[in-house]
Amino acid sequence: MTDIFSTIIGSPIARRVGVPQPTRLRRYEPGMPLCEGPVLVAGGGRFADGLVTWLGELGIRAIRALDPNPSDSGEATRLGAVVLDLSEARDPQDLDALRVVGAPALRSLARNARVVVIGTDPATLGEVSHVATHRALEGAVRSIAKELRHGATANLVLAQQDSSDGVRSAVEFLLSGRSAYVDGQVIRVDDRTGANADAVRPLAGKVAVVTGAARGIGAEIARVMARDGATVVAVDVPAAGDALAAVANEIRGTALQVDVTAADAGRRIVDHAVTRHGSIDVVVHNAGITRDKLLVNMDESRWGSVMAVNLRSILQLNDAILAPGAMPDGGRIVCVASIAGIAGNRGQTNYGASKAGVIGIVDALSTQLAERGITVNAVAPGFIETDMTARIPFATREIGRRMNSLQQGGTPKDVAETIAWLAQPGAAAVTGQVVRVCGQSLLGA
Amino acid sequence: MAASSVPRAATRQPRRVAVLGGNRIPFARANGPYAQASNQDMLTAAVDGLVARFGLAGERVGEVVAGAVLKHSADFNLTRETVLGSRLHPTTPAYDVQQACGTGLEAAILVANKIALGQIDSGIAGGVDSASDAPIAVSEGLRQGLLAANRAKSTAQRLKALASIRPTQLIPAIPQNVEPRTGLSMGEHMSQTAARWSITREAQDELAAASHAHLAAAYERGFFDDLVTGYLGVSKDTTLRPDTSTEKLAALKPVFGKGDGATMTAGNSTPLTDGASVVLLGTEEWAAAHHLTPLAWFVDAETAAVDYVHGDEGMLMAPAYAVPRLLARNGLSLQDFDFYEIHEAFAATVLTTLAAWEDADFCRDRLGLDAPLGSIDRSRLNVNGSSLAAGHPFAATGGRIVASLAKQLSEAGGGRGLISICAAGGQGVVAILEA
Repeated sequence: MTDIFSTIIGSPIARRVGVPQPTRLRRYEPGMPLCEGPVLVAGGGRFADGLVTWLGELGIRAIRALDPNPSDSGEATRLGAVVLDLSEARDPQDLDALRVVGAPALRSLARNARVVVIGTDPATLGEVSHVATHRALEGAVRSIAKELRHGATANLVLAQQDSSDGVRSAVEFLLSGRSAYVDGQVIRVDDRTGANADAVRPLAGKVAVVTGAARGIGAEIARVMARDGATVVAVDVPAAGDALAAVANEIRGTALQVDVTAADAGRRIVDHAVTRHGSIDVVVHNAGITRDKLLVNMDESRWGSVMAVNLRSILQLNDAILAPGAMPDGGRIVCVASIAGIAGNRGQTNYGASKAGVIGIVDALSTQLAERGITVNAVAPGFIETDMTARIPFATREIGRRMNSLQQGGTPKDVAETIAWLAQPGAAAVTGQVVRVCGQSLLGA
Repeated sequence: MAASSVPRAATRQPRRVAVLGGNRIPFARANGPYAQASNQDMLTAAVDGLVARFGLAGERVGEVVAGAVLKHSADFNLTRETVLGSRLHPTTPAYDVQQACGTGLEAAILVANKIALGQIDSGIAGGVDSASDAPIAVSEGLRQGLLAANRAKSTAQRLKALASIRPTQLIPAIPQNVEPRTGLSMGEHMSQTAARWSITREAQDELAAASHAHLAAAYERGFFDDLVTGYLGVSKDTTLRPDTSTEKLAALKPVFGKGDGATMTAGNSTPLTDGASVVLLGTEEWAAAHHLTPLAWFVDAETAAVDYVHGDEGMLMAPAYAVPRLLARNGLSLQDFDFYEIHEAFAATVLTTLAAWEDADFCRDRLGLDAPLGSIDRSRLNVNGSSLAAGHPFAATGGRIVASLAKQLSEAGGGRGLISICAAGGQGVVAILEA
């Protein structure tokens, strides 16, 4: 598959004539350190101390301030990440820390570094100036993300009063290579507690169902979840059976051929997961199709099939998954939405509607299932390098790849990593979120 | 596991053998989508689909037994080579078996017997055939000439040997659907038997239409979702004609038999087909350890052969002899079954077999029975379609039938099913499943 590094845009000739060159992103592989270089933890918020202790446990050097006089014997150490905890900011003038602490830190960032700002979720605050202060962080972080270069990203975590587990989980994800293509995002965490029992295989012992797993992003989701320890039930339509079998065999999971729009699909998926593997802990609603046409030319079958697969099937499957005896408390539901569901897309009224509807499911269901400790989230992929996007004409494809802060397309693995994080026991505090995996795409920003 | 749970041979009781599931690739008309696929390719696809369905990747099963009817000389170890190319653990033993169209069912019987005896706890049985990728041999004269040249010690001897080859001997021998001892094709044999039993064209066309309707309905209700895995872009049997009818079938010209009495057409005979199928068998304990629910039990089996060369029996009549022996051993009557799977080599094969069991003279004179076996409830026959609609890649038919019948019995919440498969050389392989 071609990516930007294998096209003429990324060639030495293009480099010589001054075409801006994207950076090869740091992507997670098992055994890799959380980040490369020391982490500056500053800002004086309520989570900073805990994060410093946690980083120490991981063997990562955390520093509380930049050395004002870097040694003259050589170059200053490049920072792997900056975590700016402004959760205790009370007043707009407290935001000056972004400039005072942030500016010198940003000058010292290594390639593929991370900036994570922690604020307090404005929805949990009352006083107007307090709300305004924390709402302001979003504008600042999204702008920082656009200013960063060399594969560095900036994201905002909005916490509640006692969100230390949630903050730790989100910061861990954002500092790691798992979040390579997550940029300019706001992730809210609540004060639910949870931790991964197994750091290397955070999904060990979990049974995960992935729909649409025969190829593309779905196959990669299945692979990443298996790598992280999950037993994967790979689901796809019978017509994709051979590709599905190959994926299931590769990851030592099982293949289940079922059309997610079939009336009994939910029962069959739950039966298979529970009888064969003993549980159904994680469900990733990834199956999706496109049938593009301008609305004026949209026929019933294009509209109906996209709605049936992308939206109605999720509602129907969830009925079975959430029925008694199926998904246990603490389960995880992750949907694959799309930038098209946020920004809309010409020729995709059906697809855009279905994917926006998915976000509606996340909004409503996350609240309903809070009592059971089941989290419901979505990822919204931007331009992802797949066989499908490889068929887009060259010029259009290059524009699509470039229209984001990282100046390149993402990979199916980037989407899969985000989903696998949301499925972790440690991500218990993350629910109702739509995390875009888009390199801070200009679309729907 | 087997070693500790199985008592010493002297006191060992046969164990129940479960049919746990199956997998096949869609069957495809010869020289169609699988024209470039070898037997090993297709059998590997069928095995890997089964492995994926049952989560057996990297696992050693007791034994894999399969075969092919049309076989290249290079495929001398077809099944073992298939295992090595599959996702099963490479320490899984395998062997080939060949009994014409009975190959697939015979493979299942062999695996079931070893499981019953406590020699293995699990096994995969199946078969594959490609009528497209058929072996082509050199003529016997050319072969002898080349072998003589190979043995020659001098150039002169070699030239002499090569000079013995005649131009007509350069024509290759392409395998034909012909019985070696009679020179008649299987269809011609069948047409003689059909004529003897006065099987009508209408009855044959009705059976063919029902086969297509049943298979189409089974696909429609998702029956094959966990029995078939797509292959090379094909997701349904390509010979299936959901919209066929007795009227359409009646319009076809006869292809076997002679004159006005000819009744057998391309519509009521199976087409040459490519495909592969496998079934998973195991003990109850092995099934439980793998969290699998038995679909049905493999109860018993019987084979028979008829003398169609010197005697006057029809070449495909052997199941008519095998079934009563199987019934007698199990204390059953022909009517004690909820489902009948009678392989549709030709519609006429099924109809002559049924007619023979209803015929008092045949049952008395040939089977040695006091009374005819009687008729069956035709609504229980080939309820999910059979070879006329699905196609018939010779060795793959047994696996298709065992898996489909086991699932049907399981879906019905229990019952008993009879399998009957006729085979070239005047043989028949039959079996009983129960759920």
